[in-house]
Amino acid sequence: MTEWFQGTLGYGLGWFTATLILILMIALPLMLAVAMIIYADRKIWAAMALRRGPNVVGPFGLLQSFADGLKVFLKETIIPSSANRGLFLLAPIITFTLALIGWAVIPFGPDMVLANINVGLLYILAVSSLSVYGVIIAGWASASKYPFYSALRAAAQMVSYEVSVGFVLIAVIIWSGTFNLQGIIEAQRSHVWIINGFGFNPLLFPMSVIFFISALAETARAPFDLTEAESELVAGFQTEYSSMSFALFWLGEYGNVLLMCGLNATLFWGGWLPPIDWAPLYAVPGIFWFFAKILIFFFIFSWVKATVPRFRYDQLMRLGWKIFLPISLLWVFLVSGYMLATKQQCPADRSILTRITTEEEADRYMPSCRTGMTNLRSGRLAAGAQS
Amino acid sequence: MIQAAAFYLFATIVIASGVMTIASRNPVHSVLWLILAFFNAAGLMLLLGAEFIAMLLVIVYVGAVAVLFLFVVMMLDVDFAEMRAGFAKYLPFGTLLAIVLLAEIVFAIAAWNAGSIATGVRAAPTNAAVPNIEALGTVLYTRYLYIFEGAGLVLLVAMIGAIVLTQRTRSGVRPQNVSAQVRRRPEDATRNVNQPVGQGVEL
Repeated sequence: MTEWFQGTLGYGLGWFTATLILILMIALPLMLAVAMIIYADRKIWAAMALRRGPNVVGPFGLLQSFADGLKVFLKETIIPSSANRGLFLLAPIITFTLALIGWAVIPFGPDMVLANINVGLLYILAVSSLSVYGVIIAGWASASKYPFYSALRAAAQMVSYEVSVGFVLIAVIIWSGTFNLQGIIEAQRSHVWIINGFGFNPLLFPMSVIFFISALAETARAPFDLTEAESELVAGFQTEYSSMSFALFWLGEYGNVLLMCGLNATLFWGGWLPPIDWAPLYAVPGIFWFFAKILIFFFIFSWVKATVPRFRYDQLMRLGWKIFLPISLLWVFLVSGYMLATKQQCPADRSILTRITTEEEADRYMPSCRTGMTNLRSGRLAAGAQS
Repeated sequence: MIQAAAFYLFATIVIASGVMTIASRNPVHSVLWLILAFFNAAGLMLLLGAEFIAMLLVIVYVGAVAVLFLFVVMMLDVDFAEMRAGFAKYLPFGTLLAIVLLAEIVFAIAAWNAGSIATGVRAAPTNAAVPNIEALGTVLYTRYLYIFEGAGLVLLVAMIGAIVLTQRTRSGVRPQNVSAQVRRRPEDATRNVNQPVGQGVEL
């Protein structure tokens, strides 16, 4: 599509238009998905509590989210008189925007990714570590004590769980050898015999569980929803918000939940790959498998929300620092040790090392790779490396 | 053209938010401007093709360091009158620092113009086809392995030092002992008593 636009509109403008359309093709369905996922969340929660859930607006209550959105839209925006006006309005916008931009690097299919960048996973980590700002700024700018407590809790909680998420990602990166999300998905093809997905590997399965639980904590979902614990903090950081600014928080929160579900599916369960590497399954478009995996994960998120009681704050910190951090650290050692023991330690043939140019240097830095070095040098020359 | 426009946009915002960091009255606003400066510096790194450094800047500085800054500054109760009283006292020292920094920038620009960067490029040739994470990793884990591990060791010592310095044993706290709670069986807490009628229970 980009080429077609560049052909008709010129290089720069064509690229700009095509990218804009692609962004809209992700963002608009995402908003619709968020509306439906809020409905699904309420329905699943209701079913587990033996209630009916929303069933009045539209068939089976399907239009409930849109009715809620319309209602919120028509309310008055109230800004507390002592609030810091600019930051107060900025906070929901930050939350909402960050929930959207993470999707830029998520691959929906073999060629369906907006930005296929080298550092895709780091980008995701950066976006998820930024999302705490929406909450902190909201809590501080409200000039009210409950939102402020909530902001402090959110800051501590997200920083704690970011650490174990980082180690889980390192294990995945070590195994797949790349930060690129498409590369990570490709590395999962036929990972265990003919099954696609790192999660089916006994060595990586515990990491996928830790990642799932940390994802719950990162998105402040139950049982880690201390930031908006209604029995202690009214509505947490969004206590003072009303109308559209409240709705933006709501949309951003569920957008983040979907992103985390997508990330779970991408990192451990094969992303757009079908579960089994068997030709007929590839007849189904990859995007279908990806959405199916997201929905399964969302169901588990809702399931947890409906069944698990909220953690106490010290228990939350204990879980993050005293249990997840040591386990994930140990697991990084295990995974890298396994890789070291089984995989080729020396650089592959034709790989290009920037600093090693002579045999003596190769001897000094990689003594066990003596035989591979000639290949290395010829590969280096073949690739036309400058020195 | 687009790159030049992006460069001027990022550079302008970095400088403007740097100025706002020291000009804002409210310390929380200062931290937020600082975050904006970090963020746009990451944009500049991206323009240089150093995507790994850019992402690290966002993850480490914006995502972790600045969050802790904000955390501390939000809870401070700063007295602005007192801060202004110290202004005259610290003025000579501040001026000295500013002059040193200015001189360094002038030297750096002069060195850049003299073309000494080229020697750096010759000393450490990089291949444009290799992603810069791979290039950095290759260099860090081969040629600079000991220096890299030394840096890691310094950080470890700093971390242990921070924990040791801030640790204090408090009396009178009753922390939760999860394993004791899990180990507790019904027999430990209850007992069956064949209680005769008309007598009180001895517990």
